[in-house]
Amino acid sequence: MNRSVITDQLESLAGRAPSLLLRSVEVGTGLVDGYSLYETHLGEVMVTFNPRGVTSVDLAEGDREGRFEARFGRKTAPARPPSPWAKEIGRALELGRPGSLPVDLEGMSEFRQRILGIAATIPRGQVRPYSWLAMEVGSPGAARAVGSTMAHNPVPLIVPCHRVVRSDGRIGQYSLGGPDNKWSLLTWEGADPGRLEELAAAGFRYIGSDATGVYCHPTCSNARRIAGEHIRRFRSKESAASAGYRRCPVCRP
Amino acid sequence: MEDLCSRLASDLDGSFPEVVQRFQDEVFSGLRSLAGADAEDLAQETFIRAYRALKEYDSGRIRELRLRGWIWTIALNLGRNHARDRARRPQLIAIDHEIGADDPEPPDLGAWQRRLEALTPSMRKAVVLRHVVGLGYEDIAAALDRPEGTVKADVHRGLERLRKQMEMEI
Repeated sequence: MNRSVITDQLESLAGRAPSLLLRSVEVGTGLVDGYSLYETHLGEVMVTFNPRGVTSVDLAEGDREGRFEARFGRKTAPARPPSPWAKEIGRALELGRPGSLPVDLEGMSEFRQRILGIAATIPRGQVRPYSWLAMEVGSPGAARAVGSTMAHNPVPLIVPCHRVVRSDGRIGQYSLGGPDNKWSLLTWEGADPGRLEELAAAGFRYIGSDATGVYCHPTCSNARRIAGEHIRRFRSKESAASAGYRRCPVCRP
Repeated sequence: MEDLCSRLASDLDGSFPEVVQRFQDEVFSGLRSLAGADAEDLAQETFIRAYRALKEYDSGRIRELRLRGWIWTIALNLGRNHARDRARRPQLIAIDHEIGADDPEPPDLGAWQRRLEALTPSMRKAVVLRHVVGLGYEDIAAALDRPEGTVKADVHRGLERLRKQMEMEI
């Protein structure tokens, strides 16, 4: 047998790479964010990710890829998330907290990242005002910065900015499709946004128990246990303190 | 090629997709001849590792790279580790396939994979790089980190063995 027969046949083993190899590499290197769609209480959402973690959550409707590119200056394309994350993303969306799912907030200031980290600790079905987050992050005067951070939260639902309300207690705006979605999420989680609005409209921001002498945020698990006849309402922390009430150690008003 | 290296040195993220486009066919085909069914995963991982390495290099080093041989060094290392330990493969971000989008495999691919399998690893790599991929001896020597003369001898003896094997098959 002639050797050129062999080399010709070896040459014929050269073929073309699978058409999606380039995109897999772009997603795997983080040059392009991958995205998957998930069904949530607010309908279908797009969750984007890079090799470091989840990078954004947006409603899936309309030109989602175009919106992502306009906002983040990068491209996104459909891809399967790395296998350990696929389940964790579903859980994080359902529970409204990141859990063990890594979130990549690169490009946000360290201050904003800390604010989002604190927002992520607000329990399901409860709300906290901007002013509380500002206190917790160690900058009591930064309530406006907190509001702006919530408005620019790249990963709503996973970092539950729907549980953050205005400093006067009103429900306020929501970046993922508007305030109706915030009301819907809070109702679904067992908070009562209508009652919270009424309380805020009447000027009350805290609830205390005259049996224990402790005051709380209105949705704190301790506040919900106060029997009707023991409920006291306060307009401010100062008025609660001057009435001799102590801060709840759980919700730290 | 020098052009591409200087573009990579000045704008890695913008130019890297070009590296994939230029080398994906040969990396995939070569790995398919060497590693079989996992060629797509290995090709993907080759480029991801190449990107991560380039990210760490300074621009002078990138400009002086022999890009093609360097890519093949990465691909062959992955292929070797893959053969050594299939269970410890890295996590990959895989894309769902669109049916019908890709070229069919060459009809006698399986037969050739078996014949190549019968060669020693160094002959197999040398033969595939020379005759499937079409790499020059200098690049093969660089990719395998062996003297050019040794590589030439491996190709020569590899082809000779393949010839004998095929004669026995007839």
